[in-house]
Amino acid sequence: MSDVSVYESPIHDSSSYGLMAEFDSAQELVAAAHKTHEAGYQKMDAYSPFPIEGLAEAIGFHKNRVALVVLIGGIVGLLSAYALQYWVAVITYPVNIGGRPLHSWPSFIIVTFELTILFAGVSSAVGMLALNGLPMPYHPVFNVPEFAKASENKFFLVVFSSDPKYDAARTRLFLSGLAPRMIAEVPS
Amino acid sequence: MATNTQIPVADRRVPVIAPGHTFSTITEKISNIVLKRPISLGWILGFLIVFGMMNMLMVALGYLFIKGTGIWGINIPIGWGFAIVNFVWWIGIGHAGTLISAILALLRQTWRNSINRFAEAMTLFAVACAGIFPLAHTGRPWLAYWLFPYPNTMNYWPNFRSPLVWDVFAVSTYFTISLVFWFVGLIPDFASLRDRAESVWVQRIYGLLAMGWRGSARHWHRYETAYLLLAGLATPLVLSVHTVVSFDFAVGIVPGWHTTIFPPYFVAGAIYSGFAMVLCLAIPIRAIYGLQDFITMRHLETSAKVMLATGLIVAYGYGMEAFMGWYSGNQFDSFLLWNRLHGPYRFVYAALLACNIFIPQVLWLKKFRVSTGWLWLISFIVLVGMWLERFIIVVVSLSRDFLTSSWGQYYPTKWDWMTFAGTIGLFLTAMWLFVRILPMISIFELRTLLPEAQVHEAAEVKQ
Repeated sequence: MSDVSVYESPIHDSSSYGLMAEFDSAQELVAAAHKTHEAGYQKMDAYSPFPIEGLAEAIGFHKNRVALVVLIGGIVGLLSAYALQYWVAVITYPVNIGGRPLHSWPSFIIVTFELTILFAGVSSAVGMLALNGLPMPYHPVFNVPEFAKASENKFFLVVFSSDPKYDAARTRLFLSGLAPRMIAEVPS
Repeated sequence: MATNTQIPVADRRVPVIAPGHTFSTITEKISNIVLKRPISLGWILGFLIVFGMMNMLMVALGYLFIKGTGIWGINIPIGWGFAIVNFVWWIGIGHAGTLISAILALLRQTWRNSINRFAEAMTLFAVACAGIFPLAHTGRPWLAYWLFPYPNTMNYWPNFRSPLVWDVFAVSTYFTISLVFWFVGLIPDFASLRDRAESVWVQRIYGLLAMGWRGSARHWHRYETAYLLLAGLATPLVLSVHTVVSFDFAVGIVPGWHTTIFPPYFVAGAIYSGFAMVLCLAIPIRAIYGLQDFITMRHLETSAKVMLATGLIVAYGYGMEAFMGWYSGNQFDSFLLWNRLHGPYRFVYAALLACNIFIPQVLWLKKFRVSTGWLWLISFIVLVGMWLERFIIVVVSLSRDFLTSSWGQYYPTKWDWMTFAGTIGLFLTAMWLFVRILPMISIFELRTLLPEAQVHEAAEVKQ
């Protein structure tokens, strides 16, 4: 397959976002994604109506940073909640009740706990959406009419035209070797 | 496509969803309830009734805002009355949703996929109903924002040592996280509705909500991480909320409140009433919308078992309270036990024991667990019983404390009853709209239950 990269299309077709192949099952999509990735394509994506184990790895996506965002959110929530309570109870609004200590930390645990969860939970949702680049009202893949089934029962693989190995004719030939149900060009 | 009649070998029990379904039929069946099903006369009539009840709430609250809490039956010594009884009852019901979504997700209980969506909706609506009561009970609800810490010209700050302030943070965090969890779960289903919508406006509305979701493998990867982390965060949260609610009582010194058993006993009671409400809603909904394939007898039976188990924990709580009343040798604690059994509210206590402990024991028999009629009736009885439990805890404890000179009786007024019935109206109005506007079962999570959603290693390309 290495000879494909030698053959670079002289005219880069900028009106095309990539080539889309449609598959009938999750199994076929994962196999096709593996083969495409092994053939040297790097800029591609797979689309499915439900999460498929191993699909992200098959297209070469291994690590995501959602967990890191949640950790940061949780730490920020924890520190800010405790700092707020300490500042209120000890510094700005000290109330002496029966000579009890102002820094009564056991009673600060609950609000600290709740705000840790709140910040971490909101960061997981917001972080997931932000890292995914959502909301994104327009995306070229929606231009292919068959893609409406991506949220129902069909499975799609797209090789982007920005991939260095991409060539309209060669890539189409390669994809047709994966026995898809159909191949369509995705207009950008 | 693989045959869709096979059942995963690992699971020899009744399948989670009925055999014979494909990705398409699941999508179609659930989304058609929202997109295609015409509005029936029954739906409209029912809606008018529950909407009328909700308007009764508006009237009751409107009059309350004009006259003040004097229109309620609360007095001194019983300053808490219906407001707190109903608050705790609704919050308890609101526990099942996040329990089902989060804890059962972590435990990989796949049967939850059929009921988590509407249980989460139920949680949100129940917590919204609960929130009304403490706000109205403050007497000046327009100043309720004073509960939150914010810089103000009065130079005043909340007292973070007070369980009532903990409650504000626990309940508002619970509502926010439940809402986030629910919405994150809905995003892929919004995309399904968007792609299946026939009118442009419907498509645009669901499209806006789907935020451009396209099912990319990278997106799913991050999505699953985020969902798992949310479940992990919501699990301790759901256990903490009713714990904090129980602190409102347990930190006080009133006999019947000042016990260490309250947190676990409250949490078990919350799950008990939450599952009762899930069954009360699921049984009619699956019959009306023909969802027996997705919400199968296995779901109902498992929920009944959870109810039975948590009911026994609650029974242990009652037993321990009675035991400690005797064993502690404390005259006020033993009087409390005597007062519950023989005092002016003895009939309420007897009804509580019947509803929460004795009647639900029939769930040991499979016959009752697999009969929708019986199951609905028992769930309803449990809901009544759990309401009575909160009445016993709040009213009976306050009515007779340490000094006989400060004893009193509590008589709810018509405004108390109207507010309570009104929140049931609000809850049902929200449910009525929910089943027609949003997919009430998680479509994408049901797809993952089909055998053809599983990818086998052997078929993958070898490295």
